[in-house]
Amino acid sequence: MTPPRLSRAMPVALLAVAAVLPLFFPNEYYLQILTQGYIFAISACGLNVILGLAGQLSLAHAGFFGIGAYTLALLGTKAGVPFWAGLPAGVALSAAMGYGIGSICLRSRGHYFAIFTMAVGLIIHLVIQKWESLTHGHVGVIGVPGPGAIGPVTFDSSAARSYLALGFLALTITAIARLMDSPVGRTLMAVRENEALASAVGLDAMAAKRLAFTISAALAGLAGGLFAGSIGFLGPESSNVEMTFNTLLYVMVGGIGSLTGPVAGTFIVYGLSQVLAVLQQFQMVFFGVALVLLILFMPTGLAGVWRSARAGWGGRVVQRP
Amino acid sequence: MELFAQQVLNGLVTGSVYSLVALGLTLIYGTMHVPNFAHGQLYMLGAYVSYALVTRAGVPYWGALGVSVVALALVGAALERLVFRPLRHTPPLNAMIAALGVMLCLEAVAQNIWGEEFRHMDSPYSGVVSVFGLPVAAHRLVLLVAAAGLMIGLLLFLTRTLAGSAIRATAQSPEGALLVGIDTSRVATATFALSAALAAVAGSLVAPISLVYPSMGALVTLKAFAIVVLGGMGSVPGALVGGYLLAMAESLGGTYVSATYQDLVAFVVLALVFTFKPSGLFREAA
Amino acid sequence: MTLLEVRGLSKSFGGLRAVDDVHFAVETGSIVGIIGPNGAGKTTCFNLVSRALPVTSGRILFDGQDVTALQAHQVARRGLARTFQSTTLFTEASVLDNVMVGYRQRTSAGVWDALLRSRRLAREEQDAQEAGRGILATVGLADLADRTAGSLTQEQQKRLAIAVALVAGPRLLLLDEPSAGINAEQTRDLIALIESIAAGGVTVLLIEHQMQVVMHLCQRIMVLDYGRKIAEGTPDEIRRDPAVLEAYLGHT
Repeated sequence: MTPPRLSRAMPVALLAVAAVLPLFFPNEYYLQILTQGYIFAISACGLNVILGLAGQLSLAHAGFFGIGAYTLALLGTKAGVPFWAGLPAGVALSAAMGYGIGSICLRSRGHYFAIFTMAVGLIIHLVIQKWESLTHGHVGVIGVPGPGAIGPVTFDSSAARSYLALGFLALTITAIARLMDSPVGRTLMAVRENEALASAVGLDAMAAKRLAFTISAALAGLAGGLFAGSIGFLGPESSNVEMTFNTLLYVMVGGIGSLTGPVAGTFIVYGLSQVLAVLQQFQMVFFGVALVLLILFMPTGLAGVWRSARAGWGGRVVQRP
Repeated sequence: MELFAQQVLNGLVTGSVYSLVALGLTLIYGTMHVPNFAHGQLYMLGAYVSYALVTRAGVPYWGALGVSVVALALVGAALERLVFRPLRHTPPLNAMIAALGVMLCLEAVAQNIWGEEFRHMDSPYSGVVSVFGLPVAAHRLVLLVAAAGLMIGLLLFLTRTLAGSAIRATAQSPEGALLVGIDTSRVATATFALSAALAAVAGSLVAPISLVYPSMGALVTLKAFAIVVLGGMGSVPGALVGGYLLAMAESLGGTYVSATYQDLVAFVVLALVFTFKPSGLFREAA
Repeated sequence: MTLLEVRGLSKSFGGLRAVDDVHFAVETGSIVGIIGPNGAGKTTCFNLVSRALPVTSGRILFDGQDVTALQAHQVARRGLARTFQSTTLFTEASVLDNVMVGYRQRTSAGVWDALLRSRRLAREEQDAQEAGRGILATVGLADLADRTAGSLTQEQQKRLAIAVALVAGPRLLLLDEPSAGINAEQTRDLIALIESIAAGGVTVLLIEHQMQVVMHLCQRIMVLDYGRKIAEGTPDEIRRDPAVLEAYLGHT
């Protein structure tokens, strides 16, 4: 079994680096990118729960991101609900919808599940786009409330917001790590690896997959709410198919099923896309090709490469992906 | 009454397009068990190639369509050889992700070459024809006839020729086909090429009566999946009938129920089917 | 006392009747064997009883309760465990992890326990470890606890599969051809293992092809052919039953 100390070192080190980054880049623009990066990383971690831990390709992910975002945005602009109430509301709604949709979708397997969730994601996106009386359609929502002060701590500056996002990311990773290392996580991985055997030893496969789907929806909703609150305005493109693909790419690059892989993948891909903004229009071409090349030549992502390297150094790594 | 007839006609026209696209998709799914998420982009590229040749190079319409078909057939064959064949024995998840990557890439390529704007393409068949007293755009009639002809040709190919039978057999049961000595690798490449060609025809036929833009394929892909799921993965008659049915539902639903949510029809149907039948309406042949 | 009873059990796959109107009962504390030529429907019976497959008709009663409509994991939680004809394990996980997954149904820690690292979680993890190591010792795999399951030999994997099925303390154990692919000495060890399992209070239902195993271990034997039960009785009775001989000879 992986010695606990080794598997904690990486996230802690990254956290330390991340904590001091704003000091080196006090630039507004970079801080905003950093914040967005943390938020997309949360979403990627969420996708990783259903894709990596449960082994199911959910293409509805952006839909839940959009639900979290729009819940916060609409409650804030139409009902005056502050950020700190709107955010949990968005997460709760995403989770509830994830539970309900998952109960239905997860009865389908493999390809059918992917197609079904693609349809669901598209339905959510189209409803957001076309229900103009509620969501303002293409025009979007402006004036979304940002995070208000908690006691003496305010979140008006970009640096503060980036720390807030980082805090949520750290919480997310901690939560997922604890889940992975528990009977709940092992059940998920057992169901993914051999559902027949898992059922034969008394594990409710449907319940396990639905739990994973709910968690992934909740995390997507959390990311969506943070996204809306940090930028201040919101449009339907937050729930479109491109958002799902980007998230998928982040997870693939980092390594499906690994704990910190999605974070690394997000920063590498999203970071590159921002830094190389000059190639903006070719971005999606690269992303598409990258996804194909990855799946052909490096399907386990960076985490897989890292694991192989460690195993090659004489360590026997029992796969607890 | 005239409105109804118009909508039925629209349904037939759109249905022809949907059926051609769904046919290609169902053949690929049947033979290779790959849900080709990039299928709509092949349709889109087919439209763009025809558009480019007609408006930029002055190539006559049918010639442009022909070139488009050949070009996309090559693209399809290349995709099969380079992307999907290496993934044949990997977990199904991998092929799905690869298809998504291709989808992203092709749409972005189109965007880069031709930009985001909606393009218009003229048909050599302008003007209006009267069919049973109904005014019908000439091109629509041509589309109906051409599509019908192509479908008949395709059916003949699939049932009367050796190559076609090989494809059909593989679509029904890849394992069985192997057992009787069919070269499933060649069938896979041929099927992909054929499927892309069908998509190209569909895109080229519809371009003059619709608009050409990079994301025109995305919605079509999902609708094609709805049709294939309804009609049975790998089933040719299923794709044919399903295409027309869906188009009718959209056309009549859009007119009499709600125009805004017209596109949702396909996805709601899809979601409903899966809700009650998690493995689609028809079980795949074992 | 009857632990398992099957009435009119039938399973059709399209036109093929794999199991045809089978009745049998298994008494608590006994070792019962199911034999028959290949394709007789023995494994299908197991799949029906363990609820891995839906029945076409008939009823299954486990400890007096009708479990026909239950799902596989539900009947497993009531104390029914099984192994599979081709050894099924979580090959990427360690040997110990395999049995700990088998023990999971006995624990109740959930998502919140996991997130908050509750004391219940810690306690149950320890219980699972102990139970896991204990069962590994029983089957003789204690030294291999940290090895990857996929790296074990065939025979070791079979023992691991039995351990995974046993760790949660089932009342009924279904063994599907446990002696397939192992040599004579290992078969003797297997027989001893099954006897000790039964001595520990577990009722055993066994599909077997090796007659020496069946005849030695089982108090009662049932014979299937073409999905139907053609004979039932003690080993001696079965040995002499002409219908049984006919079935086996007629199949060559």
